[in-house]
Amino acid sequence: MTDLSKRLASEKRFKYFAMFAMCLSLFFVVILMLKIFTTGSGAFIRTTIEASVYFDPSAIEVTNESSVKAINKASYVNLADQIVKDNHPNLSDEKFILVREMYTRKFDFQLRDYIASNPNIIGKTVTMEITASSDLDQIVKGNYPRDVPEAQRKINDYQLSVLDSLDADGKISSTFNLWFFTNGDSRDPETAGILGALMGSFYALLICFSFAFPVGLLASIYLEEFVRPGKLTDFIEVNINNLAAVPSIVYGLLGLGMLIGVFGMPYQVPLVGGLVLGFMTLPTIIIASRASLRGVPPSIREGALAVGATKTQTVFHHVIPLSLPGSLTGTIIGMAQALGETAPLLMVGMVAFVMDIPGGALDPATGLPSQIYLWSESAERGFLEKTSAGIMLLLGFLIIMNTIAVIIRRKLEVKW
Amino acid sequence: MVENDTLALQTNNVYVHYGSKMAINNVAVDFHKNQVTSLIGPSGCGKSTFLRCLNRMNDVIDICKVQGEFHLNGIDIYGPEIQVENLRKQVGMVFQKPNPFPKTIYENVAYGPKIHGLASTKSELDDIVKDTLNRAGLYTEVKDRLDDIATGLSGGQQQRLCIARAIAIKPEIILMDEPCSALDPIATAVIEELINELKENYTIVIVTHSMQQAARISDKTAYFHLGEMIEFGITSNIFTNPNHEMTEAYISGRIG
Repeated sequence: MTDLSKRLASEKRFKYFAMFAMCLSLFFVVILMLKIFTTGSGAFIRTTIEASVYFDPSAIEVTNESSVKAINKASYVNLADQIVKDNHPNLSDEKFILVREMYTRKFDFQLRDYIASNPNIIGKTVTMEITASSDLDQIVKGNYPRDVPEAQRKINDYQLSVLDSLDADGKISSTFNLWFFTNGDSRDPETAGILGALMGSFYALLICFSFAFPVGLLASIYLEEFVRPGKLTDFIEVNINNLAAVPSIVYGLLGLGMLIGVFGMPYQVPLVGGLVLGFMTLPTIIIASRASLRGVPPSIREGALAVGATKTQTVFHHVIPLSLPGSLTGTIIGMAQALGETAPLLMVGMVAFVMDIPGGALDPATGLPSQIYLWSESAERGFLEKTSAGIMLLLGFLIIMNTIAVIIRRKLEVKW
Repeated sequence: MVENDTLALQTNNVYVHYGSKMAINNVAVDFHKNQVTSLIGPSGCGKSTFLRCLNRMNDVIDICKVQGEFHLNGIDIYGPEIQVENLRKQVGMVFQKPNPFPKTIYENVAYGPKIHGLASTKSELDDIVKDTLNRAGLYTEVKDRLDDIATGLSGGQQQRLCIARAIAIKPEIILMDEPCSALDPIATAVIEELINELKENYTIVIVTHSMQQAARISDKTAYFHLGEMIEFGITSNIFTNPNHEMTEAYISGRIG
C-alpha cells in the first residue's frame, strides 16, 4: 500500500509541475501582451491644437477655381507659417521657430487636403484641429517627463509655457489617430501610418498564395496519387521535410540571387517578396496536403475506380474534395507564418522607407514585419508607440488567419 | 461443350505473386451467366486476391503480378487493347466495408452513369437513378432524401447503395468481396435476398467467410486453400458430398 501512496504522491507532484509550467508560460504571454498594449495604445491617439485658420488668398498659390491636380501640386508652407503667426501674435523670429516646432511639420499637407476636399474655402476663416508634433504629443501623453532639466528635454521651457497656456484655453485635445490606418510611412511619427506596409504585405501574400497553393497542391497530388513510391520519392520527401526547416533568410537569398539576380526582377516589390514567401511556404503546403490526401480512406478511391473512373477522375471528383480542407488549413497556417517573416523581405529590399501606398505588386513597398523592424530602429518615442501598435496589428492578423484555419478544418471536414 | 454458351467469364492457369510471395497458384474457375458463384476458404487463402483479378483492381497494387488467362465473353481482359475503365464498367464491384462516396445518395448512384455518358439529359439520369435504386430495393426507403449525404444511411442501406452504384452502369458481372461481413444478420438477409433477385440479370461472384451464406445463395462454390483451388462444383455437392478431404475439413469446421 505504501507503494500506491508513493505513486499517487508522485502523480500529484507531476500535476503541480505541469500546472506551474503552464502558469509560467501564461505569465510571459501576459507580460508580453501588457507591454505591447501599454506601449502601443498611444499610437491610436493623436494630440491636436485648435487654431483659427484664415485661408489667405495672398499666401496661397491656387484659387477656388483651380483643379484638384493644381491644388495637390501647390505648396502651402507659407500659409502654414502665417497661420501659426496669426494664432501666436507678436513672436520674435527665434520664438516663432520654437512655436512652429510644436505643430507637425506636415501642417501644409493637412491644409492642402482640407482645401482639396472643401471647395471655395479660400478667403474664409475656419477653426481647425492642427496635429501637434510628436514631441509635444509625447509630453501631453506623459511619455516624456516634464520635470527634468531643460537640456534633457526635446521641448524647452518656452514651448512648455506656450503649451500650458494653450491647454488653459482648452485648445489642446486628443483625437483618434485615423492616420495610423490610412497613411504610409513618414519621417515624422505623428503622420506615419501602417497602410503602406499593410498593402505591401497584402500583395505579397496574394502572390504567395497564387503561386504556392496551386503548385503545392499539384505537387502533393502527384507525389501521393500518381508516382510509384520508391527511392526517388523517398529522396524527394526527405528534401521537402528539410526545406520546411530551412531558415527563412536562405529563401531571401534565393530570391535575391535567382529572381532579382538571374531573372532581373525589380528590387523592393511585393511580387518578388511574395514569390520568396511562396518558396518558403511551399514545403509546408506540400506536407499538409500530402497528409490530408493520405487521410482520405483508400476505400473511396477503390469505389470510384470500381465504377470505371480514371485515376484523374478519382482524384479530382472524390479525393481532392475530401482533402481540400486539410490543404487549405496547411496553406493558411503557412501563410500566417509567411506574414510574420522579416528576413526574406530584408533580402529582397522590402525594408526601405516607402511613403507611398503601393497600388500593386510591382510598386515599391515594405511589409508589416519589416515596417515594424524599421520603426523599432528609430530613436523617437513616437515611433516606439508605432512599433508596438504595428505588432498589435500583426498579431491581430495572425490570430484571424489561424482562426480561419481552425474554422475551415471544423466546418468543411467530412466525417464518416 | 453446351455450357460454353452460358459462360460469362473463364479463367485458366491463374498465378498471382505479391513480390516474391505466391498468392494464387494455378487456379481455373469458370463463371456461368446468371449464376452466383461463391469463393470460400480460410483467411489468406487468396480468394479476395483472385476476385480482384477479375476486374483488374490489383492493377493499382504495384508489387502484384497477375498471370493467366481471363476471358470475358471470349476476350482477354488483360489484353493490350483492353481499357481497364471499360472493363470495370462491364465487371462491377462491391466491397467488404460499405464505401459510399461522402456525397448525396443521388450523386452516388448517378456518378457511374455520368462518367460513362449513359444519360444525355437530367431526366434520363433521374430515371436511371430511380430505376437502379428500385432494383437495389432501396428506392422506397430513400426516395424522400435523395439529396441527403449517403454516409448518414445505416450500414445495410449503405451496402445496398454500393450495390446500386455498381449496377447503375449496367455491368454483366458483379464481384462482391464479403459484402455482408460488416452487417448485422437482418441487413445480411436483405442483401442475400437482393443477390437472389439480381441473379436474374447479372452474373455474381461473391467471396464470403460464411459457409452458410455460400450454401444459401450460391449455385456453385469454389474452395480455396493457401492460394490453390482445392475444389470447385455445384454448391449442394460441395457441402453435402465434398470430393476432397480438405474441403470436408473446412466445411465441417476442422480447419479455417
